[in-house]
Amino acid sequence: MTRYIVRRLLSLPLLLLGIVSIAFLISHFTQGDPLSSIVSERQMDDEQAVAAAKARWGLDKSLPEQYLVYVGNLLTGDLGISFRTKQPVSQDLLERLPATLELVIAAMLFGSLTGIALGVVAARFRDRAADHAARLWALTGSSTPVFWSGLILLYIFSVKLGWVPGPGRLDARMSPPDGITGFLTIDALLAGDTALFWDAVHHLILPALVLGWTVMGIVSRLVRASMLDVLNQDYIVAARARGAGELRVLLNHALRNALVPTLTIIGFTFAYLITGAVLTEAIFSWTGIGSYAVDAARGLDYPAIMGVTIVGGAAFLLTNLMTDIAYAFADPRIRLS
Amino acid sequence: MADVAAPSSIRTRRLPAWLKLPVLVGIAIIVFWIVASLSIDLWPIYDPIDMVGRRLQPPSADHWFGTDALGRDVLSRTLHGARFSLMMSCAVIICAVLIGSAIGAIAGYVGGIVDGALMRLVDITLSFPPILLAMAVTAAMGPGLQNAALAMIIVWWPVYARLMRGQVLSIRSREHVEAATAAGASHARTLIKHILPLSWSPILINATMDFGQVVLLTASLSFIGLGASPPTPEWGSMISEGAIHFYQWWICSGPGVAILSVVLGFNFLGDGLRDLLDPRSK
Repeated sequence: MTRYIVRRLLSLPLLLLGIVSIAFLISHFTQGDPLSSIVSERQMDDEQAVAAAKARWGLDKSLPEQYLVYVGNLLTGDLGISFRTKQPVSQDLLERLPATLELVIAAMLFGSLTGIALGVVAARFRDRAADHAARLWALTGSSTPVFWSGLILLYIFSVKLGWVPGPGRLDARMSPPDGITGFLTIDALLAGDTALFWDAVHHLILPALVLGWTVMGIVSRLVRASMLDVLNQDYIVAARARGAGELRVLLNHALRNALVPTLTIIGFTFAYLITGAVLTEAIFSWTGIGSYAVDAARGLDYPAIMGVTIVGGAAFLLTNLMTDIAYAFADPRIRLS
Repeated sequence: MADVAAPSSIRTRRLPAWLKLPVLVGIAIIVFWIVASLSIDLWPIYDPIDMVGRRLQPPSADHWFGTDALGRDVLSRTLHGARFSLMMSCAVIICAVLIGSAIGAIAGYVGGIVDGALMRLVDITLSFPPILLAMAVTAAMGPGLQNAALAMIIVWWPVYARLMRGQVLSIRSREHVEAATAAGASHARTLIKHILPLSWSPILINATMDFGQVVLLTASLSFIGLGASPPTPEWGSMISEGAIHFYQWWICSGPGVAILSVVLGFNFLGDGLRDLLDPRSK
């Protein structure tokens, strides 16, 4: 167990270095000239800016030296200057991180809870109508392009029914609360402003539903398979024989054990959540990292794109590592082997 | 096996067990889209690029899916879009499978440092969230369908490398492989004749499942503006045009439903193939 964790932790720097190396490679393929990935087109005529960028990223040096400079810059948190915002990319990302986290956490909560519920129902009524319906609903969720479902749901619930507000994180007439966490919902509560809190929640509902629906399918699939495994165990028969109620057997005896293998959903769903968040944020004008990445890609803002890619890769790596370690702790079969 | 099959008199008339309703629906959807993408020029529908009606008309008898901001027929554009999506995904999946399997097979068969190095490369590539890596590569090489396809091959090959390596590792220790080696078969012959024929089924299942995901990512890249460019009837860029004309919900709905149906279809088919080919799923 300790050896397993140590081995995983030791491989982390190597993988991080790999991510950085691939990012370096990609930025060097940038239409033949790496300079164009650092200096925006408008500044290309400005000799001073070009010289400064060359010196800062070591472009006048040999390739191996350039690589060292690149890694060094990244290690100090320097991801370059965004062409569009004219701000350091790292600062942009930090400013936009809370919005993405708020959306992803809300979506994860919705997706996991509904996914677990669907998985339990599907396993309990295996091969019956409820099972098929639950699986079809979940599968439709992970097969629907969020950039379409987002538009349609926004049209139905915002334009036609008026149940939720349009895109954005807050009503235009409201000003965001003083940022402590950057989560508008939590900051509004901390500031004691209930009107603001409800407005933030209302804006959060639809994007969280759209994004959460994409992970619901994966969660319910895993929970169903794992519940089916558990429901065949002797202790479930024993619990039934003792006269435990069906709900008690399902939730207390079966689900508690079935959820252990599904811990890995955190790792599994992360990639889906990132993909979904990028597109959901673009549809809902959500000022997080996802819409930042889309704007960057549309404007060919290379430092920003590379920054998001490196940070996203690192985050993905860490999530997978934490999932594996948590899994090893939770499942004695892995811990002991 | 054919000569030991049951005599035809007691053979049941029922469909094979793996051919369930969802699988049939999946096959029907896929066949429809393949036929559409191959024969679309012969269909009695409007031209996908020409202005054939008034602008922004809701669905009607003349235009079943309505018209878009330039008066083009959404139904016709949606059907034409299948050709781009399917051809693109086919190319991406085939390249990813070939490259990935070759690398995975070599890693698994040779072992040692080669295996270690190749698998680290796989680990690193897989540690990028797919859409971010695809966006970075496409943006760096310049937006366009071709570069988007290349980016997606870069995203997908490691999946098949890992899969194939696992297969080769488990098969190479079997007796018939040892027998072949003992009989003096060369490494290439052992790998190609004795190991690879036994390892294709999980690759096929995965490739079928991934096909829908490639369609989805292609559309996503085009939606962002990194894939197909405007006059092209491509699903992702059509939805992005629909996002501008937000109140005309039908513009984005044709391509949206098309993507959904393709992804669902391949998921259904993949599930069926798994039932058919993977003994563990029983």
